Amino acid sequence: MVNLGNIWQYLALQSPLQSISGDQLNASSTTAKMAVTSYSLPQLPYAYDALEPYISAQIMELHHSKHHQAYVTNLNNALAAVAGADITDQIALQQVIKFNGGGHINHSLFWQNLAPAISDDVNHAAVAKELVATIEKTWGSFEAFQKAFSGALLGIQGSGWGWLVKDGGALRIVTTKDQDPVVGGEVPIFGVDMWEHAYYLQYLNGKAAYVENIWKVINWKKAEERFLGTREDAFSVLKAVL
Amino acid sequence: MSSTLFRATPLLRGALRASGAVKPASATFVRGKATLPDLSYDYGALEPHISGKIMELHHSKHHQTYVNGLNSALDTIAEAESKGDFTKAASIAPLLNFHGGGHLNHTLFWENLAPASREGGGEPDGALKKAIEADFGSFDSFRKQMNTSLAGIQGSGWAWLVKDKSSGNLGLVTRANQDPVTGQFEPLLGIDAWEHAYYLQYENRKAEYFDAIWNVINWKTVSKRFEKP
Repeated sequence: MVNLGNIWQYLALQSPLQSISGDQLNASSTTAKMAVTSYSLPQLPYAYDALEPYISAQIMELHHSKHHQAYVTNLNNALAAVAGADITDQIALQQVIKFNGGGHINHSLFWQNLAPAISDDVNHAAVAKELVATIEKTWGSFEAFQKAFSGALLGIQGSGWGWLVKDGGALRIVTTKDQDPVVGGEVPIFGVDMWEHAYYLQYLNGKAAYVENIWKVINWKKAEERFLGTREDAFSVLKAVL
Repeated sequence: MSSTLFRATPLLRGALRASGAVKPASATFVRGKATLPDLSYDYGALEPHISGKIMELHHSKHHQTYVNGLNSALDTIAEAESKGDFTKAASIAPLLNFHGGGHLNHTLFWENLAPASREGGGEPDGALKKAIEADFGSFDSFRKQMNTSLAGIQGSGWAWLVKDKSSGNLGLVTRANQDPVTGQFEPLLGIDAWEHAYYLQYENRKAEYFDAIWNVINWKTVSKRFEKP
């Protein structure tokens, strides 16, 4: 039995990359009889206009209160439906759970890894010493990493996300399509939303300018925390809003 | 209408020529380029259903980017071919599909739209009307099914009314991103479900866009495509 409350674990079970240990499965089965977990929209750690002028308040408000809310609502509906459904409907619901559960996970991580440009948290050299050292070791320089990451973001065809992840001890840049979450064994360090709704009202078709400006509001303090922590730590934001 | 299609054909000739004779690496050669087709109506002509600003950006910026990307992909392939670097040529396939598909999809899309004050909106008639009723029950049911397909797209993509070339039956398909409708299906009517197609006007309320677009569907174009042997 899968504890459907653990959405990232449920998604991980569908991922061929992930192996779940017996302990995890046992732990899940003890709670499987619980009522289906209902997720809720996490509060932003800053005001809607706090990322101005790089991301407009209008974008932030729609993105959080409408788009993210829709993923949460649809996820909860699908999780409620799956319990009583027959096997064919359950299989059909998997894609709905993956999309909306992914949307919930991705946005929850995203809000946390952004910060106002005037805050100390965006100063990578000061607040992310270990992560930046590993980035420089991996890509040669911080600027070379930024260039590679920006290039990956701009290379996404359609909707998707770019992530810096820790895979074992190594850092990697990955892109994911639509709302596919990073649900292998990787620890997500920070993510950037490349759906058009993330920038269009302000940047229109000029997505390169959005990518250039997103660097001004990356929360490197949070990134360092995730880099030094475990996968469980990174995903703790989801537990906090159960 | 046919002039737009005609304007798109040099890209096909260009593609054919690009895969033709081996050229020296330094050769500068003139060949057909994909070009942005003109719209047969003004940017503001689909208002209030699609705003003039959306149309202008969508046509002059987004579609133009696909045209540029397609030409650039074809150039890269031609250059790789001239050097015998077929690995490089094959590596361009995703870009060719994306930008070539974007050019094709948008070209078909502009043609299957029309101002509500002219051919836009209403219902199809003749053979197409009969086929829609036979394959979907009724026009209303068809419209509902197409809107359900559009709403179900996860991410960027398109929904199409298609004709199955072997059976002649109508069907609905969706395509991710800019994947074009190819192979067994003939595209008859396409609706763009990328956020850039509606966001400036409808924001997250995409269902309102999917409802409104039926006021500007050019059924004459769709019928012509349907009746094409």
